[in-house]
Parts: sequence; C-alpha cells; structure tokens
Amino acid sequence: MYSRRLELSVGAFVVLGAICLAFLALEVSGLTQAGRQDTYRITARFDNVAGLTTRAKVSAAGVTVGRVVGIRYDAQTAGAMVEMDIQSDFDAFSLDTTASILTAGLLGEKYIGLSIGGDPDVLVDGDVIFDTQSAVVLEELIGRFLMNSGSDK
Amino acid sequence: MIERIRGLGRSTLVQVGDLGRASLLLFQAIAGRSQVGVHWRLTIDQIYAVGVLSLSIIIVSGLFIGMVLGLQGYTILADYGSEQALGQMVALSLTRELGPVVTALLFAGRAGSALTAEIGLMKATEQLASLEMIGVDPLRRVVAPRFWAGVISLPILSLIFVSVGCLGGALVGVSWLGVDAGSFWANMQASVDFWNDVFNGIIKSVVFAVVVTWIAVYQGYDLVPTSEGIARATTRTVVYASLAVLCFDFFLTAVMFGEV
Repeated sequence: MYSRRLELSVGAFVVLGAICLAFLALEVSGLTQAGRQDTYRITARFDNVAGLTTRAKVSAAGVTVGRVVGIRYDAQTAGAMVEMDIQSDFDAFSLDTTASILTAGLLGEKYIGLSIGGDPDVLVDGDVIFDTQSAVVLEELIGRFLMNSGSDK
Repeated sequence: MIERIRGLGRSTLVQVGDLGRASLLLFQAIAGRSQVGVHWRLTIDQIYAVGVLSLSIIIVSGLFIGMVLGLQGYTILADYGSEQALGQMVALSLTRELGPVVTALLFAGRAGSALTAEIGLMKATEQLASLEMIGVDPLRRVVAPRFWAGVISLPILSLIFVSVGCLGGALVGVSWLGVDAGSFWANMQASVDFWNDVFNGIIKSVVFAVVVTWIAVYQGYDLVPTSEGIARATTRTVVYASLAVLCFDFFLTAVMFGEV
C-alpha cells in the first residue's frame, strides 16, 4: 500500500539536507578549524587598536596561529587589552615575543603579527605581552605628511 | 463619512477574526493527542509532495543565483583589486539572506499554492465534510501532516539552496574568472561563522516555513468553496506568504545582525 520509492526518495531528501549542512559547516564556515583544536589565551596591551575586530587573525611569520577573541579598554594602563586564543600546537613563543597590528594590503583587514624573540622561556596561558606596536592610523599618517610638507616651504 | 468609518471598523473586525481563526486552526491541528504512527506516514507523504518535488526548482535557481553573485561580485570587487573576497561575499549573502528568503519565496509559489489548491478542492468537493462525518478530524488528518511537512522541508531545501549556490559561485569565480581557489575558500571559511551565519540562516528558514505553510493551509481551509474561491485563495497564499516572508526577514535580520 505504501510506495517504497516514495519512502526512499524522502529518505534521500533528508540525507541530502544533512550532507548540505555538513558541507556548510565544514567547507563554508570552517567550523572544524575553529572548534576542534585546544587553545591557550594570551593578552597583549596596545596603545591603539583602531580597526582591529574580534575574530581577526593572529599570525606568526604569515601563518595563522590563532584568533582575536576579545578587545577591551584597560583604564589602568590607558590602553587596549587584546585577548588572543593561540592554538596549542604553537606553544613555542618566547616571553619577549612582540605583537604588532598589521594590515592585509593597503585597505584590507587588520590582523596581529607576532614576532618571536630570543628568550628561552615561552608564553603560557594568561601571559601578557607589553612590547607591542600599535595600529597605523591612515588619517594620522596623512595628517603628519601634510604638516611636514607645509613646514618645508 | 459615517459609512466609511463603519467600513473601516468592519474590515478591521474581519481581519482580526481571520487571524483568530487561523490561530485556532493551527492550534487545533498541531496540539493535543494524535495517532503518531498514522500521521507520521501521512507526513512523509507530504514531505515527498512539498519537499522532494521542489528539489529541482531549488537546485536550479540556487545554482544560477550563486553564479550571478559570482559574476556580479567579481566585476565590482575586481575594480578594487580584492577579488579574493569573492568567496566571502557569495557565502555571506547566501547564508544570511538569499538562501532563506529566496527558498521561502520559491516554496510559497511552488508548494504553498499547491497546498492551498489541494485543501481547497477537498473542501469544495466536500471531502473534508465526509471525513468529519465518519469521525475523522480533518484538521489532524489533512492539515497537520501538511503543516509539519512544510516546516520540515523548507529548512532542508534552504540548506540545499545555499550549498548549491556556493558551488555555483565557486564555479563562476574560480573556474571561469580565475580567482585563486585557495583564497576563495579560505576567505569564505575565515569570514563565515557557523553559529552566527549558517545557524541564524536555518532559524530564519524555520520561521519562514511556519509562516508560509500556515498561510497556505489556512487559506485552503478557509476559502469559499467555489472554483473562483479556490483561484482567489491560491493567489492570496502566494501574495501574503511572499509579503510575510520579506517582512519577517527584516525583523529577524534586525534582531540577529542588527547590533553588529
């Protein structure tokens, strides 16, 4: 009485939906990369983080090693505290690592670049980096350029 | 003048009454006890009718919308030398907006109108009355399986639409226009967040599914049982459902993505 073909096609329809969900989760949103790995958290203090957003890349030598997870203003040091989750695979950042805010391309997104120092001890969960280089604010650069070119004359 | 005010009042009462009847219909159809086994089979039947049979239109339109997004996005982004962001643009516009909305609109036209016409014809030929006569609740037997089938099918169709759209965008962007495949997918994965974008899109399409199917079954159940009445109700289903989808989309977007 009940058609086998109909049951099969409804089943296939639902399976197709599940496959598409998996495709969207893995290929389109890259859920595995973000969710699976263990991370540890370090914080960096910047004078100015203009344009940096949460979920921005943290890279070392051009390789993405983590993500920015939080940005807040710290009244005591009058700067911005940027919290970063670094993947546990990359656990060999020396204590004197410096962090700088870089821009991908001329007008691209801001990201954080870590450059490793020479200290034998490494950063662990909860450490704070104070040796940082702030974001380049294009307006300030242009303003400074205009001022200089004005005074030359 | 008095007559006009009276008319206004009367039409308001009619609208509120309609809404009340629609809510009661939905409540009676889905609430309370039901014979799960029998109704599950009926629901599967209906999923076949509204879901599986809508697959072809969803896949074809998803593919072409993805391809158009790829083409349009490329010409604009190439002006700024940032055609690597094409994957991000295609995926975000599909997951957040176009996927749920276009699927719901197509669903209203393809499946909603069919639901209304089918239930309407049952009413016009007094099948619903006969069911009641032999002690079968037509709300449970006819309306509830169709409603659930719509609510289950539309989110699945929307997922399929988005996936096919992304592949269509990749086809045009990567294979034809020569965007680097690595940066296309990497940018997409970096910018699309599963919970924020994909999951919110699914929530949207569940809401649209409830709205569209509800309108469709109500219009079918409540129509004037003549051939003209069926024609009118079918038109009303498509018009009301499309308007409701676009309107709800604005509010859902405001709630989900507004504060960003």
